[in-house]
Amino acid sequence: MNGPHDLGGQMGFGPVAAEKDEPYFHAEWEKRALGLTLSCGAFGAWTIDESRHARENIPPADYLSASYYEIWIRALEVLLDRHGFTTAAEIDVGHKQMIAAVPKRILKADMVASVLARGGACDRPVEAAARFAVGEKVRTKNFNPETHTRLPRYARARIGVVEAVQGSFVFPDDNAHGKGENPQWVYTVVFDGREIWGVGADPSLTVSIDAWESYLEPL
Amino acid sequence: MQARVKALETVLTEKGLIDPAAVDAIVEAYETQIGPRNGAHVVARAWSDPAFAEWLKSDATAAIASLGYTGRQGEHMRAVFNTHTTHNLVVCTLCSCYPWSVLGLPPVWYKAPAYRSRAVIDPRGVLAEFGLTLPAEKKIRVWDSTAELRYLVIPERPEGTEGLSEQQLAGLVSRDAMIGTAVASAPGAAA
Repeated sequence: MNGPHDLGGQMGFGPVAAEKDEPYFHAEWEKRALGLTLSCGAFGAWTIDESRHARENIPPADYLSASYYEIWIRALEVLLDRHGFTTAAEIDVGHKQMIAAVPKRILKADMVASVLARGGACDRPVEAAARFAVGEKVRTKNFNPETHTRLPRYARARIGVVEAVQGSFVFPDDNAHGKGENPQWVYTVVFDGREIWGVGADPSLTVSIDAWESYLEPL
Repeated sequence: MQARVKALETVLTEKGLIDPAAVDAIVEAYETQIGPRNGAHVVARAWSDPAFAEWLKSDATAAIASLGYTGRQGEHMRAVFNTHTTHNLVVCTLCSCYPWSVLGLPPVWYKAPAYRSRAVIDPRGVLAEFGLTLPAEKKIRVWDSTAELRYLVIPERPEGTEGLSEQQLAGLVSRDAMIGTAVASAPGAAA
């Protein structure tokens, strides 16, 4: 979707504000926001793609004025409600009011180290051969779905070169919406800066994205 | 937000859906164990062991795992090497994808609109704000992490570091150097 998250090439945000000796967290609630988000992710009720889509659905004015962990919490509340775990009313009151859905698993303290070390690989085998080869010129598709996609706006309808075939991975555009993993080949596609940004582009710049096969068409 | 998050944690705890001690354990892991020293170790090994560097180029996930760094947001790693002619910079314009297993949690600026919007269109301007001015002839390669691959920049090894141990070399490698907003420090200068 063309949400507030799709920031590549937008202007007006000012200089990068790096902070010297930045702490990992700027408030106690940020620590809990991280831990709650990961703990609730362990329920197995939604995918990382669905959670990304919940974040990008935050209205632009709210998204752009929120800190990143605030974006996480806003999206987490949506996901918890959507999947029957908590309601907004409960969080307003601060206490349990309804029976919750039963998650596939509940993350306990003694599981944390192994769960973090294992992660969640999202490469999946596919039977079809890769459609594009290294060195091949391709054009990214031009589409503007209201649903989740990982093809940024700035890289749509652009000509690039396949630099690497990265393997086959869960397709986020389907997986975010409960339509299954439907894995596809993923390619690193590199674009000349001038192909993307046109007149005035930095002549020394190249930009690459990692694109699922259905984002690409042959030239 | 403090009150809202507290209320959310209370509700989830009352329902038995979360273990507050697990939340503590997650925070502790990212505050004390999973940080940019992991990545600096990877870089220092690549600088000192050409076979490891080749392994990183061909299968970064396995090479990095051999040093004990695996897991969340590091499941599919790719190492990109700076050279005399090309400087690499990593961004996620769509959210804040970042290689947690080797760099820990991203800094606020990495997640903020200013960096995410400009890294792909004005990387030289962004680098200048970090105090890094590259020669005009050096090419800039920006990697937008739009899928589940996570990128680690391997900076160029500074000159005058021939006799240094792997640990001393790791001390020259900052988090920013592994994102691409800095280069490795010269020996004697703080990373």
